[in-house]
Amino acid sequence: MAEVEATTHAVHEAPTGYWRKYIFSLDHKVIGIQYWLLALFSVTVGMVLSIFIRINLVWPGTEIPILGQLFPVGAPDGVMTPEFYLSFLTIHGTIMVFFVLTTAPQGGFGNYILPIQIGADDMAFPVLNMLSFWVTFLALVVLMAAFFVTGGPPISGWTGYPPLSALGEIAGPGLGIGQDLWIISLAIFCIAALLGALNFITTTLDLRAKGMTMMRMPLTVWSWFVTAILGLLAFGVLLAAGVLLLLDRNAGTSFFIPGGLVVSDQIIDHKGGSPLLWQHLFWFFGHPEVYIAILPGMGVTSHILSTFARKPVFGYRAMVYALFAIGILGFMVWGHHMFASGMSPYTAIFFSLMTTAIAVPSAIKTFNWLGTLWGGNIRFTSAMLFSIGFVSLFVTGGVSGIFLNQPSTDIALHDTYFVVAHFHIIMGVASVFGMFAGTYFWFPKMFGRYMSESLGKAHFWTTFIGVYATFTPMHFLGMAGNPRRYAELTAFDFLKPLEPVHLFISIAAFLTISSQFLFFGNLIWSFLKGKKAGKNPWEATTLEWEIPSPPPHDNFAGKLPVIHRGPYEFSVPGEDKDYTMQTEPEVSAQDKS
Amino acid sequence: MTTIASRSNRRYYIGMYLGLGAITMFFAAFTSAYIVRKGLSNDWQTTMIPAILWPNTLVLLASSLVLEKARRCIDNWNRFNLWWLIGSGLGLTFLVGQIWAWQQLVDQGVYVNTNPSSSFFYLFTGTHGIHLLGGIIALLYISWRVWNSKAATSERTAVGVTVLYWHFMDGLWVYLFLFLLIGR
Repeated sequence: MAEVEATTHAVHEAPTGYWRKYIFSLDHKVIGIQYWLLALFSVTVGMVLSIFIRINLVWPGTEIPILGQLFPVGAPDGVMTPEFYLSFLTIHGTIMVFFVLTTAPQGGFGNYILPIQIGADDMAFPVLNMLSFWVTFLALVVLMAAFFVTGGPPISGWTGYPPLSALGEIAGPGLGIGQDLWIISLAIFCIAALLGALNFITTTLDLRAKGMTMMRMPLTVWSWFVTAILGLLAFGVLLAAGVLLLLDRNAGTSFFIPGGLVVSDQIIDHKGGSPLLWQHLFWFFGHPEVYIAILPGMGVTSHILSTFARKPVFGYRAMVYALFAIGILGFMVWGHHMFASGMSPYTAIFFSLMTTAIAVPSAIKTFNWLGTLWGGNIRFTSAMLFSIGFVSLFVTGGVSGIFLNQPSTDIALHDTYFVVAHFHIIMGVASVFGMFAGTYFWFPKMFGRYMSESLGKAHFWTTFIGVYATFTPMHFLGMAGNPRRYAELTAFDFLKPLEPVHLFISIAAFLTISSQFLFFGNLIWSFLKGKKAGKNPWEATTLEWEIPSPPPHDNFAGKLPVIHRGPYEFSVPGEDKDYTMQTEPEVSAQDKS
Repeated sequence: MTTIASRSNRRYYIGMYLGLGAITMFFAAFTSAYIVRKGLSNDWQTTMIPAILWPNTLVLLASSLVLEKARRCIDNWNRFNLWWLIGSGLGLTFLVGQIWAWQQLVDQGVYVNTNPSSSFFYLFTGTHGIHLLGGIIALLYISWRVWNSKAATSERTAVGVTVLYWHFMDGLWVYLFLFLLIGR
């Protein structure tokens, strides 16, 4: 390191016992890995659920003995009931959105990398950080418990729309205790997310090392920072909505339940509530949530593209402003989820315009990514491939968004597979590509070993082709009017011609899922036997590459770095190597001569 | 303890301000739900505001003033703790008063599910009360620490941050109370 300033540290001491070191650790790096493992478990559960979903869609009535053994009520003789299909759909969506897309990019990578990249020895509130993780873990346990209660998990989807979600057991299986557990799980998750967001923002504002001005922060840090602001403002609203829904279900209130409902030949004793009120509250949270999932992916992509193109990020400031623009606009577009709800066309136009406006900062980002690549001395590592894949998926998903943000076309496409294709590509797969990129990129830092590049590349190509093969045809299904959420499609004549498309999608999905074994295998193999990595294996410029791999307990071994430069000084003219660390002092031309 | 220690106070204030931002969003969601639910429905009936809320509001305002007084005499731990405990006592009195208000409604047969306006009444007072209870636990914890160490200055940051939270809860209650009064 070129220059350091010795300081006495006031952070927690390095733990010695197993429990404090690996389980209830205060170290942001351990907590980051815990979040990441939680997400890995969750994504596995979500993926397995999607296999059953796709099997049931193309081969309804298939006997799957293990399902019958595990869930004799939901899948008698191993055959899924339509309601149980919806249960799987609900948990698939909930677990993927909350416990994968929200936890891994922010809680996982953000936790591990952010403090190091700003030159801090830990997060601002280490105890709170530990609590955030364990509260998230508790939320996951509560959600999983829904599988093992009478009625099973709820059937109301990840958006939990009332009145279905508010009426209780009478409205269907899983809507009794299962739905309560779902709401409680989300409420617990909200608290964890709020604690985490508060910690991220404070850390970024207060713990930056000397010389680390805001405009010298890596774009990853900016993206985690903006994501945390979104989380701080959005999760409180979901929590409030959850409280209202719980009261409707258990205290007899009528916030969301309208009057005059007759369910299963019974008159419901509620009146005057508005299901749309839930939709407003939910989507006021739900749309920023989309950006909570994808903004960290944007940060990671910017960071990796620059590193492996050996060029500074094109338009760094524009990238920062675009992140903020996306974040702010993200709070003004929730109504585009409700175009089909009978909303006034004037209101719809407002939401449509705001949504279209997000195309501007999104286009700035895409243009700048391409600008970063343009003329670069590109190194096609696995991390780089996944980042380029991210850009591709972001553009594809963004373009289908243009169709959905017009109320006139959305009325037709609403609740069809077009929407499923759109959000899977942009929110699901693009974000997951960001996570893969981050994993391949930072694995050497986290564990001191490279991941296998050949397995990584095979993983990239099979996944990249696989996800496009899975989700591209869904756009056509949607345009052909195929509704989403239907448990089986063979019962409808108008959907019969689409069956081969569904078969193709299912096979593509199974192949894509199988190719994830390349990733899991690579993780385990590399962890045990991977090639040893030095402290800066990618010849990158930011602070995490100044310290050993894996980093010591307090990151900088008692000496905080001093920062002299921006984060992306690659191929600086006149320098003897093509990367300049952030800690290297500026040398004037006079000194050089 | 050079740079990091000198910066460490600021982080608690930043954290608290951010926490208050999140709490603001939580209650903003409730109050916007109030407006929407009232505007959409034809079953809204006004819920009588229990008279106890007026003096009770004064009690809460007084608790803020007293805690502020305590904060300002932090150099004398004995006086500090006296004012601090009086402030905490006023806070507890407010909570008891809120429960009394609930009792007044229950006596009239007004429950959480009687009417949307009563639902919101219980919701606002209940969620605000839970937040306040957290504040009281923090107040008592600080008092206990000051009593043990016979010094309050070492708790300066905790005192500052807790008083900030308390003032906010005070203002939040005035907002919610006005909402219940005017929006009935």
